[in-house]
Parts: sequence; C-alpha cells; structure tokens
Amino acid sequence: MSVLIYTDSNSGTLTKNAFEAANYGALIAKKEGITATAIVVGNTNDIASLGNYGIANALHCNDASLSNFDPQKIAQVIIQAAKKINATTIVLAHDYSGKAVAPILAAKLDAGLVSGAIALPEGNTVKKAVFSGKAFANVEVKTPIKIISVLPNSVDKAITNGNCAVENFSCEITSTRLTVKEVKKASNELSLTEADIVVSAGRGLKGPENWGMIEELAKELGAATACSRPVADIGWRPHHEHVGQTGLAIRPNLYFAIGISGAIQHLAGVNGSKVIVVINTDPEAPFFKAADYGIVGDAFQVVPKLIEAVKKIKA
Amino acid sequence: MKIIVCISKAPDTTSKIAFKDNNSQFDEAGVQFIVNPYDEWYALVRALELKEANGGNVTVLNVGGAENDAIIRKALAIGADDAVRIDAQTADALYVAKQIAGYVKANGADMILLGKETIDYNGSQVGGMVAALLDVPYVSLASKLTMSGTTATIEREIEGGVEIIETSLPFVLSAAKGMAEARIPNMRGIMAARTKPLNVVPAFEATNSTEIKSFLLPAAKTGCKYVDADNVEELVNLLRNEAKAI
Ligand SMILES: Cc1cc2nc3c(=O)[nH]c(=O)nc-3n(C[C@H](O)[C@H](O)[C@H](O)COP(=O)(O)OP(=O)(O)OC[C@H]3O[C@@H](n4cnc5c(N)ncnc54)[C@H](O)[C@@H]3O)c2cc1C
Repeated sequence: MSVLIYTDSNSGTLTKNAFEAANYGALIAKKEGITATAIVVGNTNDIASLGNYGIANALHCNDASLSNFDPQKIAQVIIQAAKKINATTIVLAHDYSGKAVAPILAAKLDAGLVSGAIALPEGNTVKKAVFSGKAFANVEVKTPIKIISVLPNSVDKAITNGNCAVENFSCEITSTRLTVKEVKKASNELSLTEADIVVSAGRGLKGPENWGMIEELAKELGAATACSRPVADIGWRPHHEHVGQTGLAIRPNLYFAIGISGAIQHLAGVNGSKVIVVINTDPEAPFFKAADYGIVGDAFQVVPKLIEAVKKIKA
Repeated sequence: MKIIVCISKAPDTTSKIAFKDNNSQFDEAGVQFIVNPYDEWYALVRALELKEANGGNVTVLNVGGAENDAIIRKALAIGADDAVRIDAQTADALYVAKQIAGYVKANGADMILLGKETIDYNGSQVGGMVAALLDVPYVSLASKLTMSGTTATIEREIEGGVEIIETSLPFVLSAAKGMAEARIPNMRGIMAARTKPLNVVPAFEATNSTEIKSFLLPAAKTGCKYVDADNVEELVNLLRNEAKAI
C-alpha cells in the first residue's frame, strides 16, 4: 500500500497545483502510515523541492515522447509507476492537466475517482464541492484503488523541510494519434486558477475602457483579473477571465467583486474564496450577502482610493 | 460522419439546492431540469454545425430513466437527428462511461462530443473515461474544433493559454466555452422533435465505483462588515490585520 502523486510541470518547473497535490498525498500517507511517491514526466528541474512538501521519493520519466502534454501517454506512465510502488491511492490536481488525465486513469484501472476534493479523505470517503460550489458531497470510493483529484487552493500546506530522492524511471510508452502543434500562452499574466488574490469586475464598470483601474489594482496586489459572464460575452474582457457556474470556478484567498451584482450563477464559481470584498453602488446587491467586507459606493471613486491605500501599505 | 453527443440532465442554474432523507438525496421538489449547459450550448451545437457543413448524422445519447425524455426532446428540438436513451439509473461517472462505451462499441461513432463537466456533480470525468474504454484520443476542455477530412484541429484550454492539437477520427472531446454559440429551438424544431426517433436500449452490466454518502451545505457567511466609502484605508487595514489576506 502506498500513495502515488502525479506532479505536473510547466516549462521545466513543477506547478503550484503540483505542490498542493504533493502536500495532499503526503498528508494521506502520513495519516495512513504508508509512503508517498511522486511521479514526474518530461523535462523538470526542481523535482528535489518536493521534499519541502513531505515527499521523500520521486520517480522521473523523462522520455522524449513526453515533451508535449498527452493525457493518454501520461496515464500510461502513471499506471506503470502505480504498479511499481503498489499504489492504492493516486492523487492529481483538479486542474487542466488533472482533468484530462484522471478519468483516463480511472477507466484503465477500473478505479473510483473523486474529482475536486477539498479535504483529506476519512477512510474511503472524500469531500468534494458539488452543484458548482453551492453544496458539498461526501463520496465513498468502493474500489481497491482510489483516485483523488484535489481542487486547487483547498487544502492547507503543511510544509516540512526534507529531501526528495529522484529516481529515473523508464517506461513503455505506446504512441497515440494526438499531436500538439502549438502552445499559446498569454505571457506574464498570472493564471486565474493559481492566483491567491483575484480582482474581478462586472457590468457596473460600464465599458472596457474603464478596466485600467482594475488592472492597476490587480498589479498592486499581485492579483489576477477576472470578470462576470456578460462582460466576457459582450467582449469587454477575454473569455478566459469569465468566472462562475459556466466559467471558471476559483477559490482564491481574497476575491474583490467590483460592480458585480452577485447572481447565483456568478456566486457558484467564486464562493469558495476565503475572503470576499464587494464594492457596489446598490446596498441591496445580493453579493453583499456572500461578502466578508463591503463598501457601498461608486467603483469609479472607491477603486482609485483603494489603489492609493494599497500602495501606501505595501510601501 | 456519425457524431454522438452525450447529454446529461442537470438542475436549472437558478435552482435552490436542498437535500432530503437525512441529507442523503438531492431534493428535486420544485426543481426545473435542463440539458446540462456545456452539453447543449457547446457540444451539441458544434456537432450540428459540423453536420450542416459536411453532412452526417447527430445522435444525442443519454443514460437515465424515462424521466429524462423531456430534456432529450429538447436536444432533438435544437436539431439532433435522433436520440438514444440507455435505460439505467445512474449514480457514478464510471458506470455512465461504461454504458456509453458499450453502446459505441456495438454501434460505432466517428466522434463523441460532450460538455466539459455537469453543473451538478462537476466531475469532468465521463469523457476521459469513455475515451479510455474505447482506446481513442481524448481532448479535454476544448474551445475550438475544425475538421478537414478525417483530421481534427482542436484548441484546448491550458493553464494561462491554449494548446493547438491535431488528431484523427475517432476521438472523444469535452467542450468548453468558445466552441459554439447556444441555439434556441424554434417552433418547427419543437414540432419535429416530437416525431424524431428516441430509441430506448437496455443497460450494460456494470457496477458503481463510487457512492455519495451525504450532502452538506456551506456554512453561511457570518455577515458582511461594511466600511465607509470615504474610509477605504480602513478596508486595506482590515484585509491586512484582520483577514490577513494582503
Ligand atoms: C444558465 C446561466 C449561466 C450563467 N453563468 C454565469 C457565470 O458563470 N458567471 C456569471 O458571472 N454570470 C453567469 N450568468 C449570468 C448571471 O445570471 C448574471 O446575469 C451576471 O452574473 C450579471 O453580471 P454583472 O453582475 O456583471 O452585471 P449586472 O447584473 O448588470 O450587475 C451590475 C452591478 O454593478 C453595480 N454597479 C453599477 N454601477 C456601479 C458603479 N459605478 N460602481 C459600483 N457598482 C456599480 C450594480 O449595482 C449591479 O449590482 C449565467 C446565467 C445563466 C442563465
């Protein structure tokens, strides 16, 4: 019995979500008195830093055929690693990569999958968010192997300082019919699902020309920017910023909702945020019911003052 | 080209979420059910566009009981040619995936499209499972799909960007925003849907790999602390010293 964690990397370094998955897997192993091993694929330079997340051993499969992301191939590697260490629990992050790989693994191993876990398992039961964040479910896994994908930003880090031994792991990889032609990244933009702070704005901002102050506030806070659905639909902001039930679900530590009414579909995607600040001219805006801090006021007056106040405190 | 679009039934996005029987069951009283938006808006509409451009047939496939026929008719009204309902009570994604894969193995399909997740269980599981059971490529969270002969060019969302992928038929794709624009069924579509074939087929043998033991609702916020609009520094102060968030 042991825990295997798939830790995804991006441009040669492990992702924030990968470290969170490692931490989660290490905590399960500790609780059950078994070992936790990470599996890393492709060129990755900082594998040893997994030691700081409770991982003492990592398997590294740096096969040339793994240079591009292909969930079928990654699943093959994970299955071989799981056999090698006799894994009974496999952990991934519930992010873009994990969402592609986890279901393939589950079907190939005929194992139950709980996706989007928000807490450590109690025995075979894992808590996850359902109804787009409006409720939680305790899901029991009934198969000998359980697969868990962890929702980013949901399990606290228990950082330990340790060493992680990295072992080269060669595996058999059969080819697939999938080729990655191009990877397009919005450069130097903080990714929304990984951001600790998110500054989000809605139709209350009146037009795309008014987003300068939102971007400036985000920059001062080291935050990512987001928006409500109508704002993305009318093209004021790019689609990938749309959060909510039919957009991205995010759970940052701090979420600013500026000129957003707080419709149920919007709340569904953001109410996992630890602290919510609402700025709205309408004291009856439903968002205030979900808020921790609120300012009833005009964004065009409040936000510039907020930028100054943040600058002052950061100085 | 034979396209299968898997659709699931989901509670309307404005539904009040409540539970019954000691929090073990979702309380469906007063809940309006819809086609899961990602399945309908993106997967189904893109399938119809491909058919309109290149010919072929679009079948909607649902795993569930007779109570699902209403949402299946809605998908037919939007334009699917025919429908199949695999008659089973669903409880688990792997179980559903085995039903879909069983049907496709027996009947064939060039392309299987579905939404990136359902808005009730938010699993993001069925598509990848079907692909693995059929041993075909899986492209998750795709925002664009174009076909040229039997070659597909697909845009897939990744952390902070997109990836352009090429693959060939058959494959499974989960659709996200950007794939197509939602369509509203017109009167003619609704009339035609009444007589389009809806074939009910028996379930394949499979067991559940997971089971929901209980539900719970999030703890209510304890109340909003208001800060005066003229005293923004106080907000920053609270965020730093009380919430420890900045
Ligand atoms: C099936 C379905 C799915 C949906 N999915 C989503 C989703 O995923 N995400 C999402 O966001 N929405 C979603 N919606 C839409 C949702 O119902 C709301 O319509 C939407 O969230 C409203 O966006 P908004 O708050 O920006 O705009 P509005 O509702 O127009 O609100 C604007 C707010 O700005 C305030 N305001 C105006 N001027 C100012 C000012 N100067 N300063 C400060 N505040 C000001 C107003 O008081 C108001 O509260 C969905 C709807 C449906 C039917």
